[in-house]
Amino acid sequence: MIEIRNLHANVDGKPILKGIDLTIGAGEVHAIMGPNGSGKSTLSYVLAGREGYEVTEGSVTFDGKDVLAMEPEERAAAGLFLAFQYPVEIPGVANTTFLKAALNAQRKQRGQQELDAMEFLKLIRAKTRKLGMSDDMLKRAVNVGFSGGEKKRNEVLQMAVLEPRFAVLDETDSGLDIDALKIVADGVNALRGPERSMLVITHYQRLLQYIVPDKVHVLAFGRIQRTGGKELAEELEAKGYAEFGVAEAAA
Amino acid sequence: MTAVPNLPSAEPYLRQWTERRAGLPGGGLAWLAHQRETGIERFRAKGVPTPRTEAWKYTNLRALERIAFQPPAANEAALAFVSPSALPSVLPDGAAAVRLVFVDGRLHAGLSRTEGLPAGVRLLGLADALAREPGLVEGRLGRIASDLVEPLVGLNSALAEDGLVLLVDDGVAVAAPIEVVHLSATGDRAVAYHPRSLIAVGKGALVTLVEHHLGIAVGPAAGATFANHVTEIEVGAGATFHHYKVQREGQGAFHVARTLVRIAADGHYDNFALTSGARISRNEIHARLDGTGVMCRLNGAYLIGGNQHADTTTFIDHASPECGSREVYKGAIDGDARAVFQGKILVRRGAQKTDGYQINNALLLSDAAEIDSKPELEIYADDVKCSHGATVGELDAAQLFYLRARGLPLEQARALLIGAFLHEAVDEVQHEAVRDAFHAMLDGWLAAREASA
Repeated sequence: MIEIRNLHANVDGKPILKGIDLTIGAGEVHAIMGPNGSGKSTLSYVLAGREGYEVTEGSVTFDGKDVLAMEPEERAAAGLFLAFQYPVEIPGVANTTFLKAALNAQRKQRGQQELDAMEFLKLIRAKTRKLGMSDDMLKRAVNVGFSGGEKKRNEVLQMAVLEPRFAVLDETDSGLDIDALKIVADGVNALRGPERSMLVITHYQRLLQYIVPDKVHVLAFGRIQRTGGKELAEELEAKGYAEFGVAEAAA
Repeated sequence: MTAVPNLPSAEPYLRQWTERRAGLPGGGLAWLAHQRETGIERFRAKGVPTPRTEAWKYTNLRALERIAFQPPAANEAALAFVSPSALPSVLPDGAAAVRLVFVDGRLHAGLSRTEGLPAGVRLLGLADALAREPGLVEGRLGRIASDLVEPLVGLNSALAEDGLVLLVDDGVAVAAPIEVVHLSATGDRAVAYHPRSLIAVGKGALVTLVEHHLGIAVGPAAGATFANHVTEIEVGAGATFHHYKVQREGQGAFHVARTLVRIAADGHYDNFALTSGARISRNEIHARLDGTGVMCRLNGAYLIGGNQHADTTTFIDHASPECGSREVYKGAIDGDARAVFQGKILVRRGAQKTDGYQINNALLLSDAAEIDSKPELEIYADDVKCSHGATVGELDAAQLFYLRARGLPLEQARALLIGAFLHEAVDEVQHEAVRDAFHAMLDGWLAAREASA
């Protein structure tokens, strides 16, 4: 479904990604683990198309399409979703307004009928209930005054509404206590399916106890250093990233 | 004694004065003749204001000086095709059952509706008042404006032909908003007019007025228009006046409007201006708080681009203790457009317990867009709470990316963020139906802007 080949990227002229190769098949959940500064977030922003992340070499294809040639909104409409590590606050824009605008913008780009207010309300109510979110969170401005856990849940809600085919979860566990982590993980797990692939980026093994990956990759110094099954995450938890030349405890 | 030659900028208007003075409304009224004379002398002395005058430092009217404006022609023929139902309203259908329509500054009876006003309310044109019931306006007209010695106010006093007269008796509450439409009918001539309006809201009365300034093109050539408004307002003790304005005149329009307000004890004045029109506009408000317990709110939002210039100038005179004032102005500026904010708050000696707040936020949408912001506090009392602030910024790159990453095309994402910024100012409108109507109107402007991007 998604193929990353020899991906190199610079930030402020400095090479961060130095040749990433990664293939994720339909329905698979992969995890990328790595120490701080290894390039995890850079990879997520390159995939989503953020300005200032310059690809110098390599390719990313999604269902055979050249992702790197697409605008961020085109990537979203094609079914790519990034759950932000730091969800952005947008004062003055109600969460529902935002969600409806996003969903309809994607549908329009795909040539689908836009949802009217009633249809959207029905959809959003159902999704919100599933995630144990209050109506109040829908009325408030996007992420404004949300706690860390609420922000992450809001990312998962957006994912549930937009139903992407490939989702990148960038440190969705950071800043969450164990209860919030479970809620978020349940939300993500509910979205797993044979047609939806995910890339879960995390520093810690903890999240992977709840979102169990098919494969685990270790990213360090801008490259995938090792790939294994879910047991690799447990190994990293025990040994840290020292094996990869990083003097840092894993947890 | 040597005669001082007239300033070139004043010449065309002084000629008009000489030619037309005898035929202006209220010709037989000595008190009015005196006001007109005083007005023209004030104008003659200074001519059209230039940036050398402190108050006009940031708004240059040279483009206006270059145009040979003429008085409006009879508008009946030009407007034959405009039907009352085709005339746009700021408010949703039925919300403003009562409205006066002025075309090039003159009341158009055929397009106006005044039925259904409660007893104790007079709503008419100034020309009609001067012709039939001058007693309604004598002693009131010019009472506030005569204190403001300024050439364009003087020119208005001299050449005023018509305008809105709204008089609300003590204790009368007018439930539905009243709409006043100022239509510039631009044809092949450049037309200047000087509407003079008078509003008096009696003790404990309540009324809502929505001004709607717009231009329509009649014929293929859209000429320039110059609307030089002066509005005098007395808000009585304990009265509430909701006063709102939409200014969306055409790109050839010059719009200069002075609103001069005096608010008596415990009076409440709520002003909001929503602006998207005119080549050069100045929305200038002077409010004097003339008793304890007054609340004065001057707010606005503007969205301009191209070569537009929008000036907001306010002066709040805290002349009494225990009053509050609040100002929130937000604007989005695109293209080569330029905005000006001059906001002065004067707290006089003895005006203790004054609570003043002023904020001015501008969003620059292009590299060439500009704002000049000049907040000014002048405080002569020691027990006051006054704050002011100004910010200038651009659209936030992180917010734009977040919206695009969720599928919103760039222009839609920009429109959503500009809207969020401006809607926050619109929230200041105290009258709910008008607030909703202004939000909707702003959304319409943003959608049109997005579609043309």
